Amino acid sequence: MTFLTIDCFFILSKLGLILAIILISFGIAAYATWGERKVAAFIQNRYGPNRAGPLGLLQPLADGLKLFMKEEIVPTFSSKALFLLAPFMFMVTALMTSAVIPWGPDIPLSNGSVFSLQVADVNIGILFIFGVVSLGVYGIMIGGWASNNKFSLLSAIRSAAQSISYELAMGISLIALLMLTSSLSLRDIAQQQHGFWSDGYFTWYFFKQPLGFLIFLTCSMAEMNRAPFDLPECDSELNMGYHLEYSSMKLGMFLFAEYINMFIGSAVMVTLYFGSYNFPGMDAVAASVNPILFSLICVAVFFIKIIGIILLIMFIRWTLPRFRYDQLMNLGWKSLVPLALINMLLTGALALLIFK
Amino acid sequence: MEKLTKRAVSINRSPMTLKERIYVPAVLAGLKITIAHFFQKKVTFQYPEVKRTFAPAFRGLHVLNRDEEGRERCTACGLCAVACPAEAITMDAAERKTGEEGLYREEKYAARYEINMLRCIFCGLCEEACPKDAIYLSETIMQPDFTRESFIYKKEDLLIPFPKKDQQA
Repeated sequence: MTFLTIDCFFILSKLGLILAIILISFGIAAYATWGERKVAAFIQNRYGPNRAGPLGLLQPLADGLKLFMKEEIVPTFSSKALFLLAPFMFMVTALMTSAVIPWGPDIPLSNGSVFSLQVADVNIGILFIFGVVSLGVYGIMIGGWASNNKFSLLSAIRSAAQSISYELAMGISLIALLMLTSSLSLRDIAQQQHGFWSDGYFTWYFFKQPLGFLIFLTCSMAEMNRAPFDLPECDSELNMGYHLEYSSMKLGMFLFAEYINMFIGSAVMVTLYFGSYNFPGMDAVAASVNPILFSLICVAVFFIKIIGIILLIMFIRWTLPRFRYDQLMNLGWKSLVPLALINMLLTGALALLIFK
Repeated sequence: MEKLTKRAVSINRSPMTLKERIYVPAVLAGLKITIAHFFQKKVTFQYPEVKRTFAPAFRGLHVLNRDEEGRERCTACGLCAVACPAEAITMDAAERKTGEEGLYREEKYAARYEINMLRCIFCGLCEEACPKDAIYLSETIMQPDFTRESFIYKKEDLLIPFPKKDQQA
């Protein structure tokens, strides 16, 4: 019986956590669309959406309603099943990555057990993320293929080529990080970056791997299909690319999943390089407040960092023009891969010779 | 080689240097510009609440004017219709009867006066052609509508209301 009750609590708590994470992802993604338009507007000396509700805060709801009301069109010559599958696949893969991210420190409960703010502590968390992110390309590929439109297909092929090229540099830049962490579990990596300063140096991996972070940031922007790497959906050449034939909420799913990808990608970046939920002086805070409140503060810090990264990505999008396709490939293969390799070798040599 | 225009600028097409190929300094310089723009004054006019003032030379919808006693100035001479390059103006003339002296200034007046606003190009030549100072281009803009007929403005639409008469009513 005891076994059964514990199991029930475990399942219920995990289900609650999954639900909370999905809802928060949706909320953040919805308001990322609003934020994106505000950032774009402010950079171009405009106001952005400001009519729907105060500061235009109801704009995402209005957009969603509009997309739901639109006519659902399935092209006659498309492969119907795949056509319907693609947006859901893109969405599901975007959400799946969030399973291994530790959203905050464990909350100790009164009965002695702990409530973990991580859906699954997989000991190969990073590999899981890489696998799922690679699956995300299938959403685009299937969508582009099933539309039976040459522009969509071209865009899907571009997207696949781009993802493969940049995943390589991303993986190599991550190997350098893994040499320092000697763990693939995101929870371990988060705990290693405890506080901000220890043993005479920063604990956050950004300060140990600045070049690695730069490569990782560039590559994840390419993976998310964000400008300046948004070649799969360049409106000028490919008429919005792989979601050209999509309408109504299926289009909405594609656009929405892109923002969820951005949110989760930023969360991964914060976990790996910017100390996850850790913040300077966290030990003093932990000693003075109750553990549940402390966990909530940590989660809030985590989200503030994520929003910071999202804002950085948005600023870069509205600053830079898009790369040409050959420039993209040159950057990926001729610059980022060698840089990542040099970074890996340097890190390896330093770890071997100096830090042991 | 001699340049074709004075404005020709020679562009440096040499391959990118290492600093340029790293991109990061260029990205940071770009971010500096965009972040500066982020805090600049917004140029948008919040339209329904704030309206831009028109330039003094703005030419808007036409108005048929009255004289000081509230009589219509137009004598249906047709010079505006002749001057109109878009052929948007049509009119029918009528003779003033006795007892109508309070309504029309001269012996002849326009019984029907129509401007097709879909044809009108708002050039203002009718205003210049009018010998009686009867037609003016005001500072109002045309209201959108759904039917073509509604864009043919009749005399009632064009004639400005007489202030004294309005106060009585």
